[in-house]
Amino acid sequence: MSTRLTQKKARAAWFFLAPAMVLLVLFFVLPVGAGLLLSLTDFDIYAVGDPGTARFVGLQNYQYLLSTGDFWNALGNTLQYVLIGGPLSLATSLAAALLLNNRLVRLPGFFRTVYFAPVVTTLVSVAIVWKYLYHPKYGLLNFLLGFVGLGPIDWLGDPQWAMPAIILMGVWKNFGYNMLIFLAGLQVIPRELYEAAGIDGANAWQRFRHITLPGLAPTALFVSVTTMIGYFQLFAEPYVMTQGGPLGATRTLMLFMYEEGFRWWRMGIASSMAVLLLLITLIGTLIQLRWVRRES
Amino acid sequence: MVVAWLTSLAVGLLLSGCGGDESGVTTLRFWAMGREGEVVQELVHDFEAQHPDIRVTVQQIPWSAAHEKLLTAFVGRSMPDMAQLGNTWVPEFTALDALTPLDAWVAASPAVDPADHFPGIWDTNVIEGQLYGVPWYVDTRVIYYRTDLLRQAGFDHFPRTWTGWMKAMQEVTEQGGPDRYAILLPLNEWSQPVTLALETGSALLKDHHTRGDFSGRAFAQAFDFYTHIFAEGWSPPVSNNEIANLYQEFGRGTFAMYISGPWNLGEFRRRLPAALQDSWGTAPLPGLTDARPGMSLAGGSSLVVFRTSEHQEAARKLMAFLLDPVQQIRFYELTGDLPSHREAWNDTRLANDPRAAAFRTQLEYTRATPKIPEWEQIANRIWVAVEEAVRGNKTEEEALRDLDEDVDRMLTKRRWLLEKEN
Repeated sequence: MSTRLTQKKARAAWFFLAPAMVLLVLFFVLPVGAGLLLSLTDFDIYAVGDPGTARFVGLQNYQYLLSTGDFWNALGNTLQYVLIGGPLSLATSLAAALLLNNRLVRLPGFFRTVYFAPVVTTLVSVAIVWKYLYHPKYGLLNFLLGFVGLGPIDWLGDPQWAMPAIILMGVWKNFGYNMLIFLAGLQVIPRELYEAAGIDGANAWQRFRHITLPGLAPTALFVSVTTMIGYFQLFAEPYVMTQGGPLGATRTLMLFMYEEGFRWWRMGIASSMAVLLLLITLIGTLIQLRWVRRES
Repeated sequence: MVVAWLTSLAVGLLLSGCGGDESGVTTLRFWAMGREGEVVQELVHDFEAQHPDIRVTVQQIPWSAAHEKLLTAFVGRSMPDMAQLGNTWVPEFTALDALTPLDAWVAASPAVDPADHFPGIWDTNVIEGQLYGVPWYVDTRVIYYRTDLLRQAGFDHFPRTWTGWMKAMQEVTEQGGPDRYAILLPLNEWSQPVTLALETGSALLKDHHTRGDFSGRAFAQAFDFYTHIFAEGWSPPVSNNEIANLYQEFGRGTFAMYISGPWNLGEFRRRLPAALQDSWGTAPLPGLTDARPGMSLAGGSSLVVFRTSEHQEAARKLMAFLLDPVQQIRFYELTGDLPSHREAWNDTRLANDPRAAAFRTQLEYTRATPKIPEWEQIANRIWVAVEEAVRGNKTEEEALRDLDEDVDRMLTKRRWLLEKEN
């Protein structure tokens, strides 16, 4: 192939790539770069008025964050949500997908819609309903616990229970989405494999363990990475339900970042938190990828 | 800086198409928040009828987004000509140098008589000796209480001193059985402990507002009183989002007292059952002695003019119109917001409302919280300290010492700026 043709091709490629590149640079690379720079300054409300008062502080924002209990508390809360809520959500999604994939289930379309409904419902209205479910005195949940002689639990008011309450609600709200993806993954697994295994005398568990699970591995990887990234960014649920309370028990990294940035206008600190969250999420993703690679 | 620059560029591009005067008619852009923003349109129509050369565009902004929106507008250089501003935000926008000083205008204008305003609330608009806003409507905190439950406990009027208040809380709790608390003091609100500290005379901050004064004697006294209420079980240790329906609980008698502002006058009337309508009242806050009521917060909204406005004259005309006692009474009827002029309070509708009377008395006894941009952030730190002490995670001294430490850190920049100035 002549160089001229390659050049021409390359030029055409650049031409077609340009719009996307421009958008990417303008709305991603530049802001991220600006955020990175901002995280090295003490940009605050005074600097909004007079940018001259913003000082370059090096890594002080990071140092401050790593030394304050609030950050570690927020990180702990976020990890709790990711490490408990994430797997719980995946397990629920998988279980629901397996159930719906079973040919014995009647009205699969109906149940699919019902399970998916929470995903598309506005969070605020969901939160109001759940606030009533969690109400320490008149809530349905405590009413049911009362039957088995437990409780009452002050779900959103007790620092120990607030995060589990948010996790429970989050799982309920989100599992439908992953369920759909799992369903799609399940339908790709060839039926013949199950038939062959059945003839060989494999029981239901063995079929699940040796056909379904390996067959779902790529789907599971995708779902677990996207879920983890999404769960690291938990914001709306605690923002609406508890505003981070009680005693900061549900204040996540995103909520903390929002407060620092848009409530107190401490953009320097908020930016460094964004950088830290990016790094943490990146590490989480790498760990997952490494783990999957070792498994296979 | 880059972000600020980019934002201003984008917003500038978007806005360059709007505005502009047409044939001698001045267009004023006025931002007002929440319900006020909705209602003020009605008043503005009359203003436009009186001033055919001025047209007013009112933009209504929800309270929850107001602060962000104003700051973004400032960064994007697209401020309106004037706005309603929560009076605790005045220091912040003064620090940004966004507001026009109003001293000269007030001195010359017959529309505003400073002596007819409530001193504590007027003072919230005075930053380092200069006036940046004029109170439009006022807000302070008083006690809402169940008159029937207090009578049962042997009190035919609300106690006037802290000692009497404590006795009343004890009696109401004891006589009400296990489901009765004397008072509800939501743990995630800073206003209650701060209000008490205003009465004990704490300055809250010291050294020209560059360091916390929470371990100081005055604040500690108020803090001690506050935590004592929880230790005795007179108030449930809950935050306000754990109370699903405040009015229902008040109606049920779960608690008999509540510290709140004027907006709840209308809410209590609307939401309490008819049978209870004669069983609730309001009272000024108790004081350390019975010489006068306790000090309370100086809240409310002010009208401000932005420095960037090219229609300073027209904006002041609108301000004068809205501050007129006649308009304030109309505004009160439309919103329930309490007028900032004493003169407007003489109107029979307000003067004959016994529940508003507590506010009228209390408004003479308010004190401004520190007038610095960091105050709201500091205030939000206060309830964290209070919650920690009440829930027993820290002792009182530890909580206050840590609070001072945090506040000192929040004020680092302010100390640096002041040092630089000197």
